[in-house]
Amino acid sequence: MVHTSLDVVDEKISTMGKALVDQRELYLGLLYPTEDYKVYGYVTNSKVKFVMVVDSSNTALRDNEIRSMFRKLHNSYTDVMCNPFYNPGDRIQSRAFDSMVTSMMIQVC
Amino acid sequence: METAAGGGCGSGPPLLLSEGEQQCYSELFARCAGAASGGAGPGPPEAARVSLGAATAAAGPVADLFRASQLPAETLHQITELCGAKRVGYFGPTQFYVALKLIAAAQSGLPVRIESIKCELPLPRFMMSKNDGEIRFGNPAELHGTKVQIPYLTTEKNSFKRMDDEDKQEAQSPTMSPLASPPSSPPPYQRVPLSHGYSKLRSGTEQMHPAPYEARQPLVQPEGPSSGGPGAKPLRHQASLIRSFSVERELQDNNSNYPDEPWRITEEQREYYVNQFRSLQPDPSSFISGSVAKNFFTKSKLSIPELSYIWELSDADCDGALTLPEFCAAFHLIVARKNGYPLPEGLPPTLQPEYLQAAFPKPKWDCALFESYSESMSANQQPRDLNRMEKTSVKDVADFPVPTQDVTGDDKQALKNTINEALPKDVSEDSATPKDSNSLKARPRSRSYSSTSIEEAMKRGEDPPTPPPRPQKTHSRASSLDLNKVFQPTVPATKSGLLPPPPALPPRPCPSQSEQVSETELLPQLNRVPSQAAECSPAKKDVSYSQPPSKPIRRKFRPENQSTENQEPSTAAGGPTSVATVKPHPTVQKQSSKQKKAIQTAIRKNKEANAVLARLNSELQQQLKEVHQERIALENQLEQLRPVTVL
Repeated sequence: MVHTSLDVVDEKISTMGKALVDQRELYLGLLYPTEDYKVYGYVTNSKVKFVMVVDSSNTALRDNEIRSMFRKLHNSYTDVMCNPFYNPGDRIQSRAFDSMVTSMMIQVC
Repeated sequence: METAAGGGCGSGPPLLLSEGEQQCYSELFARCAGAASGGAGPGPPEAARVSLGAATAAAGPVADLFRASQLPAETLHQITELCGAKRVGYFGPTQFYVALKLIAAAQSGLPVRIESIKCELPLPRFMMSKNDGEIRFGNPAELHGTKVQIPYLTTEKNSFKRMDDEDKQEAQSPTMSPLASPPSSPPPYQRVPLSHGYSKLRSGTEQMHPAPYEARQPLVQPEGPSSGGPGAKPLRHQASLIRSFSVERELQDNNSNYPDEPWRITEEQREYYVNQFRSLQPDPSSFISGSVAKNFFTKSKLSIPELSYIWELSDADCDGALTLPEFCAAFHLIVARKNGYPLPEGLPPTLQPEYLQAAFPKPKWDCALFESYSESMSANQQPRDLNRMEKTSVKDVADFPVPTQDVTGDDKQALKNTINEALPKDVSEDSATPKDSNSLKARPRSRSYSSTSIEEAMKRGEDPPTPPPRPQKTHSRASSLDLNKVFQPTVPATKSGLLPPPPALPPRPCPSQSEQVSETELLPQLNRVPSQAAECSPAKKDVSYSQPPSKPIRRKFRPENQSTENQEPSTAAGGPTSVATVKPHPTVQKQSSKQKKAIQTAIRKNKEANAVLARLNSELQQQLKEVHQERIALENQLEQLRPVTVL
């Protein structure tokens, strides 16, 4: 499910074309009839994609919340990147990052 | 001298401490104060230089101590306020003692108020046996009678002293238990007889305490000492770590019992880190880039996730670079980790960049300081260096920097080249080594290896010396190996113009190598090879055999051509080169050490050649297969065409 959403993200990026300055994309479409969930995509300037899957039973999160969450995610991600020992592509093991993500999720739930 | 209680708390009668309490409290205060030597305790030290000559008790250890009393946080806050520490901003002895008494009061269920301390109170109990004192104090509780009390206290004092020693030696829980053994059912307050006994004691000894305290009935909880067990463990670790860190005269009392201690950087450590920083980045006020730091810390042989975590902790501003305090913190964490300490969840307060910057003034970058430091270390490092020099080749260096680095300190620049790691622990271990190692100073100038970093040096990132990149396909055969060995010693021996026979046709394998071979060096070898091949072929390795058999199979378009080509030039050059090689031989002969070296180099070359040959072999096999396939294809074509032609 995440992979299909990745495909959609790529599609979106390619359609955007040159106007890649626009970081934000809010894709609210993968809503299957049976499993209702929403997938949000976010692309950074370095083409790093964040995909967030939200259960729709949670009365819809507002757009702003999603955006802020992505922003925080992006910030934490850059902090993780700063670590020279981190190889891009590895699983992120930063505790600060994990705690931020967890707090975000708890806040939503 | 401070009289009575501090202003905030002592509006009433002066603070009276019993003899035992005085001792206990003074011990505790000394411990807390000792921990504050790093400067964490603000406040006028002179005010605290009352009895123990120690500075004010640091907030950290004091807080820990209070927490160990297992009182709720609000109570502790109240106590802190009451004793006046908040008001004056530090824990002077008065405040400390008052606080301890308040703790005792709270523990016995009395409300936390100034009045509480006026009545007799049991000694405060602290569950974390960081301070044996408290636990011991729990014990004098069982004062059944005045007379009993006195000897008890005496023995306690003795055990107290003993405990202090053992403090460092991690044997706390066992000693605790005997003291704790007497079960305590809270005896009713027996003011009169006890006070009597106490006053006797009090009068007996003079202590520079704020006033003596009225007698009280201490309460004892046996579980106090038992809980000392787990508490003892962190102490143990700390003690070991601290010992390892401290070089000889170290500040052991400072580093005793507080969980903060492992994260507190001592002066020596600080200097060391600063030196390391300098080796990486000459400007102390600027920072080390991430990649540089990464390479540096990778040499510590910690796992990447751990290093990553340490970085995360120490790079407070997440800018991908380490300033000096950040670097020190990171280094300290690494060192601690290597000593077996678990990494903290968060950056300890003593490792915060602001703290580090405040606590330690900008280090003096003068040679004098460095020299003094390096001298102290150099002796330690010398023996190691020597060992290292012998064991490892010079090429290997680039290890974690070592304090020794330069004995004289001139080659600070050289340090950058010779980075070896010497954990302070190692340094301390080295401190015992004899000073005669100073004679070795001259040697390790270029490369110094640190103590334990022996193994580390070996393990460290630096690869073993790569064989010289000479593409010396010198020997086509293993035989050449023997040939070389034989040749070199024999050449000097013969001394005659033992020219290898002119290379007729070196065996096929030679040419195949010689494709890639470089010239002059190989040629003499090649020359030797054929001669030896003729002589010793049966004795050769399979490689040589495998190659000849493979040859006939080959259609050898290329190999043959190449071989012929190589043959001729090699033949031509063989003569002059062989002559050239002969000439140096007489000189070699004169120095046996050179011979050995030559032999060793020859061995190395041979090995390289062998490796190359093996590779060549596999490549040629590959080619052979391809050629086979081509052949088959061609034959098929031929057959297909034949009927056509026939027809």
